[in-house]
Amino acid sequence: MVEANKEIVTMKGIYKSFLSVQALEDVDFTLNLGEIHALVGENGAGKSTLIKVLTGVEQPDAGVVMINQQKMTIRSPQHAQEIGISTVYQETNLCPDLSVAENILIGREPMKWGLVIDRKAMNDNARQILQELGVDLDVTQTLGECSVAIQQMAAIARALEISSVKVLVLDEPTSSLDMSEVDQLFQVIRKLRESGVGIIFITHFLDQVFEVSDRITVLRNGRLVGTYETTSLARLELIQKMIGRSLAAYDNMTQTKLESSQHIESEALLEAKEVGLAGSVEPFDLDLHAGEVVGLAGLLGSGRTEIARLLFGIDKPDKGVITMDGEVIKNYSPLDSIMRGIALCPEDRKAQGIVGELTVRENIILAMQADLGWFKYLGMKKQYEIAEEYIKLLNIVTPSADQPVKNLSGGNQQKVILARWLATNPRLLILDEPTRGIDVGAKAEIQKLVLLLAEEGKSCVFISSELDEVMRTSHRIVVLRDKEKTAEFSGDVDEPTIMHAIGGSE
Amino acid sequence: MKQRVKHFLLQHGPVLLSFVVFLLVYFAGSRMYPAMQKPQVFFNLFINDASLLLVSIGMTMVILTGEGGIDLSVGGVIALVSTASAALLRAGVNPYVVIPLMIVLGIAFGAMMGWIIQYLKVQPFIATLMGLYLARGVAYIISLTSVSIADPVYKQIALTPIYLPGMENVYIYPTSLVGPVMLLVTIYLSFFTRFGRTIYAMGSNEQSAILMGLPVARTKILVYAFSGFCSALGGIVFSMSLLAGYGQFASGMELDSIAAVVIGGTALTGGVGNVIGTLFGVLIHGTIVSILQFNGTLSSWWTRIGVGLLTLVAIGIQSIYTLRQKRS
Ligand SMILES: Nc1ncnc2c1ncn2[C@@H]1O[C@H](COP(=O)(O)OP(=O)(O)OP(=O)(O)O)[C@@H](O)[C@H]1O
Ligand SMILES: [Mg+2]
Repeated sequence: MVEANKEIVTMKGIYKSFLSVQALEDVDFTLNLGEIHALVGENGAGKSTLIKVLTGVEQPDAGVVMINQQKMTIRSPQHAQEIGISTVYQETNLCPDLSVAENILIGREPMKWGLVIDRKAMNDNARQILQELGVDLDVTQTLGECSVAIQQMAAIARALEISSVKVLVLDEPTSSLDMSEVDQLFQVIRKLRESGVGIIFITHFLDQVFEVSDRITVLRNGRLVGTYETTSLARLELIQKMIGRSLAAYDNMTQTKLESSQHIESEALLEAKEVGLAGSVEPFDLDLHAGEVVGLAGLLGSGRTEIARLLFGIDKPDKGVITMDGEVIKNYSPLDSIMRGIALCPEDRKAQGIVGELTVRENIILAMQADLGWFKYLGMKKQYEIAEEYIKLLNIVTPSADQPVKNLSGGNQQKVILARWLATNPRLLILDEPTRGIDVGAKAEIQKLVLLLAEEGKSCVFISSELDEVMRTSHRIVVLRDKEKTAEFSGDVDEPTIMHAIGGSE
Repeated sequence: MKQRVKHFLLQHGPVLLSFVVFLLVYFAGSRMYPAMQKPQVFFNLFINDASLLLVSIGMTMVILTGEGGIDLSVGGVIALVSTASAALLRAGVNPYVVIPLMIVLGIAFGAMMGWIIQYLKVQPFIATLMGLYLARGVAYIISLTSVSIADPVYKQIALTPIYLPGMENVYIYPTSLVGPVMLLVTIYLSFFTRFGRTIYAMGSNEQSAILMGLPVARTKILVYAFSGFCSALGGIVFSMSLLAGYGQFASGMELDSIAAVVIGGTALTGGVGNVIGTLFGVLIHGTIVSILQFNGTLSSWWTRIGVGLLTLVAIGIQSIYTLRQKRS
């Protein structure tokens, strides 16, 4: 540890507002060399904005930014990089048309004779950086063809590559990574910490906060709650600081679940028999009932999303039959599924869901409108009513229903997509990672909401890589491993049993 | 290996396609008019479309930056450069002064438009349309009529054929070499320099490029300056081959050049394509023109119709490609 405990970043009295939203109000923040500093808070608390101010994407309305005790105006992300601040932004910031290697090294490519980009050296270099992160792949392929997790890894690799890095900022880097990838990442950032780099780490996974961070700064509604030593803070205390109240919703979940399980219909709403698609998922049986929440558990890439795609008709099974209301389904397409009353809230919401330019209201109405047909017009007053209802229900932080969605914080954008599908009032609701990037308070609310929807007679499929969440919300749990359904549990099971099924027999 | 090939085809499909289309069009032409089989007819394409090739190279880079990047001023710059150089030569200025001066003019003109686009946030379409009017307007202020060039240096460059080695009686002019040389330079720029890669990154996603810390503002201005440079070269070549300068020269060339770029497989949304495709786009344009010349009876508007249809097809194919890629 060279210069540990030396303050590298000091932010004092930072203010930043966007039109009517006060995103940051008198926020202080410090980062030492050789520490991992977690920045936490609810959706819309101002975490990403603070990062944007630090890295020159936004200029503060008031306040001082000091780097190495020296007052600085950081003009642009380029400038931030030049002074040693390397950032992975929340919205993956890469170029889909370039190769993986280029995305990692563009702007810093190794040159031959000072004139020509040395592609071979560039590819080797990129491959090596990725290998350190435990990723092995053909770095010459176009980034857009890679999975979200790989893209995220590439963004992280890019940030790590800067040799003169003094400050590393990671804004929700782990939201699309699986457990082993997260471990690998943590190893790397711990190593960086040892070498004296200061790291800012934003996440909604509190386990991860406690696992790696040295200090925690909590923001709430754009204001600083405080900065704490990680060891001095208990988990519940932290949650309380983040949401400003204690988390009652968590406690009576079991009760709610028990009660709601009495409303499960015995007749199946949808039945899949030996349904499979070569190269996607092995044949499986699955029956879904009205009033029931079925959880799909398994690692990233175990086939959960593939099942969702089959049920929603994005992919057409090449084996087996799906029946709904006792009728065999012949036409597979998302539109047909919507007509049948199925809704899918997709995993990759950024690419498949959000229309950033449209307002919150328009985004919420979108799927409903498709359901109605384009010519039946939904009255403006009704539209606002619906939008307001879901803004309240999901606790979406926005100044009004007329705010363009792109101006919302990442987590709140996700809630808008969720609202869109809830608004179609489906009979079967498939939720693929509905709580990704959503804060603890809202997470509990969404879990409760899912049970509530089931109680109202909907059938829900709940997909998540967080096992405790699946267990809390589902009446029945289906486990997948390596594109295959391996187990099904209903009633009381304990976590180790399921874990065992997920991981395979060792 | 098979994977590799498939990958290559998927990535470079539109560009390869423009090559194939060129072969087909040329083959069809030489079937109809056997005279087209003469090598000279092929090399005439480089003589006749020398300026179009030059401006299309600049246009490709501008379109690659995405976010509505386009340069409508190219024809205007050709008119301005040809008229200004003709007037200067008539006034007795040394041609070795005139040529660099025109190049500087083109670069400055392009950089100015780039600056307006970047810092005043004016749509490229509007800013360069303004550039087009401005350039043609100034050309007419210099002279309302065509100004002929009698300078001996210009005359010599324009009228000395270069015979190609190993072929009998097949020649080109020195001016037809400028385009191919620029093509090589641009291939180097686009694939082997940070400047070029930044253009592709911007075209792929400008917001990301900014967040990645790439010099987006500087690159954008440079790209328009580069296009101005290419247009100035085009103007010099144009005035040399006609030995004149006139405000009406190259009217509508911006559209021919955009068509050539699109037929060459560059996406109007930016980030995808390259200048090699543009070469074939230009050659296709030239071939259609020669076919009509050989025919002799059809109206020259058939060129426009042919080019228009091909552009439409090219855009259609690109959309299918992007859809495919999105899905896979
Ligand atoms: N460009 C913008 N225009 C208008 N409002 C904005 C803009 N960017 C952010 N905001 C608002 O500022 C507030 C803080 O947003 P920020 O993105 O910093 O939240 P966050 O803490 O990162 O949340 P999350 O966990 O959901 O990512 C939000 O209410 C958001 O709507
Ligand atoms: Mg955020």
